[in-house]
Amino acid sequence: MSIWEYANPVKFMRTSGAVLPWVVAAAALATVGGLVWGFLTPEDYKQGSTVKIVFLHVPAALMAINIWLMMLVASLIWLVRRHHVSALAAKAAAPVGAVMTLIALITGAIWGQPMWGTWWEWDPRLTSFLILFLFYLGYMALWEAVENPDSAADLTGVLCLVGSVFAILSRYAVNFWNQGLHQGASLSVAPGERMSAIYRYPLYLSMLGFFLLFLALLLIRTRTEIRRRRLAALLARENRA
Amino acid sequence: MTELGKYAGTVLAAYGASLVLLAGIVVQTVLANSRARRALQEHERRG
Amino acid sequence: MWALLIRDLRLATRSGGGFGLALAFFLIVCTLVPFGVGPEGGQLSRIAPGILWVGALLSCLLSLDRIFALDFEDGSLDLLATAPLPLEGAVAVKALAHWLVTGLPLALSAPVFALLLHLPGPAYPWLVASLVLGTPALSMLGAFGAAVTVGLRRGGLLMSLLVLPLYVPTLIFGAEAVRRGAAGADPVTPLVFLAAVTLSTLALTPFAAAAALRVNLR
Repeated sequence: MSIWEYANPVKFMRTSGAVLPWVVAAAALATVGGLVWGFLTPEDYKQGSTVKIVFLHVPAALMAINIWLMMLVASLIWLVRRHHVSALAAKAAAPVGAVMTLIALITGAIWGQPMWGTWWEWDPRLTSFLILFLFYLGYMALWEAVENPDSAADLTGVLCLVGSVFAILSRYAVNFWNQGLHQGASLSVAPGERMSAIYRYPLYLSMLGFFLLFLALLLIRTRTEIRRRRLAALLARENRA
Repeated sequence: MTELGKYAGTVLAAYGASLVLLAGIVVQTVLANSRARRALQEHERRG
Repeated sequence: MWALLIRDLRLATRSGGGFGLALAFFLIVCTLVPFGVGPEGGQLSRIAPGILWVGALLSCLLSLDRIFALDFEDGSLDLLATAPLPLEGAVAVKALAHWLVTGLPLALSAPVFALLLHLPGPAYPWLVASLVLGTPALSMLGAFGAAVTVGLRRGGLLMSLLVLPLYVPTLIFGAEAVRRGAAGADPVTPLVFLAAVTLSTLALTPFAAAAALRVNLR
């Protein structure tokens, strides 16, 4: 019994089909719960009611980065061990990651308008997210463009590796280029600068919700990709016969 | 209902835009999945 | 290796090789910008470092798809892949050839274009230095993009989408060096970072590009 058993598409389909309803239910519960709880929190004395945006902004930003990391790991597994499910999972994750990045950018812009007096500022964090969004777009476009599925998986895998290096490099380059308005980590472990508990717990819940939502979407999308692949294989076999 | 004060538009716009985007990706995912499943079933039934 | 370099250089400089095209494009960019932002000298000289770097970057992009496309079409890329020279080496040599015909002329002629944009005097040496240090990375990353998209129809547009985000660090450090030079500040720090980005790119990208080429030649 090892984790690699789930690299078998049939096994993956059976297991993911069994856990999917639970994941979907938990995702719906945690996301709705976290957002509603967040929406009902009292106003911050400095930021007013805009503090409620944090329950969308921070989880989306967190997932935007972590989904890219997950794609990187999945691409590495594909490149090293040639498990198709892994490559398809990376493909399935990309659009979700792009949407998360977009949510982080849009909520950030809407939030920045009253707080900083501007929709957009060339601040390191904002700029890095814009660059991350471009990487997501390029990655998805490359998947669409290559016809042979194995070549597409290989090329996007290599692109994901190179892109990761340059995304990190850009992050530091951008830091060097402009000092920003954006505040530092909101959930710092250092005492004294943590946000108060009335905001922290709903934030944890909506982070969990966004993660579960990603997991549910990832499972469904991977299942879609496996089915598409199987259909294409069946059609190809018929054409040969 | 909770009181949003002078930033009501801002907060509602942020929630609205995010929920629209999330709903978009969820609907797209579910539709694509059911389309793929139906196509595969169709094909397997015809044999 | 020498033979490959000389062959590529000869192909590029022959008629229709697009040798002067990048320079002409650079000139057009530098001509169009004043039309867009107005002819006022002070404003131009403030944005000149950025315009020059973005212009150089776009001119470099213009000829990237030729790095592998022609060799892919006539089959000589398959020969290269089976040759005793490692494919990584071939990629590096082809990127070098691309740099010699686009990046280097761009860097050397940039002061002339900088005159058009009223670049402040002290920035000239730093402009040339930053371009000489930065454009090899542009060619190498471009070779990677070209290798990924070599077999595709409509690969050119996709390649721009893939390659341009990779150019961000080079652009930031390069333009920053020129800007500091123009302001009379010390431009050595961004130049050192720029050199670091270029060197690591040169060291690592050939492997990624060769891997992509092998996939496309399967």
